[in-house]
Amino acid sequence: MANPLRAELPFLGREYPKGADYFRDRLRAAFAKNKDVNDPEKIKELISRGGFVVKELEALHYLRKYRALKKRYYETE
Amino acid sequence: MSARVLVGVKRVIDYAVKIRVKPDHTGVVTDGVKHSMNPFCEIAVEEAVKLKEKKLVKEVVAVSCGPQQVQETIRTALAMGADRGIHVEVSGKDYETLGPLQVSKILAALAKKEQADLIILGKQAIDDDCNQTGQMTAALLDWPQGTFASEVNIEADKLKVVREVDGGLETIKIKLPAVVTADLRLNTPRYATLPNIMKAKKKKIANVKPADLGVDVSSRLEVLKVDEPPQRQGGVKVETVNDLVRKLKEAGRI
Repeated sequence: MANPLRAELPFLGREYPKGADYFRDRLRAAFAKNKDVNDPEKIKELISRGGFVVKELEALHYLRKYRALKKRYYETE
Repeated sequence: MSARVLVGVKRVIDYAVKIRVKPDHTGVVTDGVKHSMNPFCEIAVEEAVKLKEKKLVKEVVAVSCGPQQVQETIRTALAMGADRGIHVEVSGKDYETLGPLQVSKILAALAKKEQADLIILGKQAIDDDCNQTGQMTAALLDWPQGTFASEVNIEADKLKVVREVDGGLETIKIKLPAVVTADLRLNTPRYATLPNIMKAKKKKIANVKPADLGVDVSSRLEVLKVDEPPQRQGGVKVETVNDLVRKLKEAGRI
């Protein structure tokens, strides 16, 4: 069963503030740690956690960009 | 609703990259530097796609002018929900000198050719900060314009635009067809997810040359010099409040 997170997470992580390498190493470690999990309940839980991380990354990237643009283009009192 | 929206997207150096001026001061270093869609253009695409999702417009067409690489930028727009793309091929010296006047001529010609009812652009590009293309395009087409838009609503055949101006917010009503330029708070652009990027590969991007549109891209501007902004002066630490007051007075600040 192909896990869409396997492609989505590295894709989003390439812009990680601490560096793409940092993200990739931590991601690999996280996947490796859980590779022997067989319980379908547990698997579902981990996948939903992955989905949560995807949302967090999107929000992180967006906030960074929004704040940078706000700082550059709008006068702060 | 049979409306067609044209969205202009520009490929610029990524907002997070530290810009370096070329040693010969003719421009900034672009080779090997990360590029992405201009953030205000992302907001423009998002607004167009939102209008399509609300079924207020029928088709969203993404346009970009430049060399082969701008197709990446068009693909991002397609991944965000645009229906098809138009790549106006401009390369080499022409691309280096391409500016708002030529782009607005191209957009005006395309708007007529594609029979667009609405053009949405970012308010300005983060590389040249011109803030001119939207306004010039509207003037060339003799269309009304709603610039610095923080809110856009279609009401019958009119557009209600809330604009961000110095004094606060201004609400105007303009007739369609019109040009809108997107400001930061218009919306939150969606992230182009991997599945959508894959799906977007099937969408069409047409190739067009400025000459086909009867547009002369030669520039009337010449860049004489590009310099870095002055270095930030180091701050000075003071020991007491009196010192601070004294220093402020010396600097003529109080």
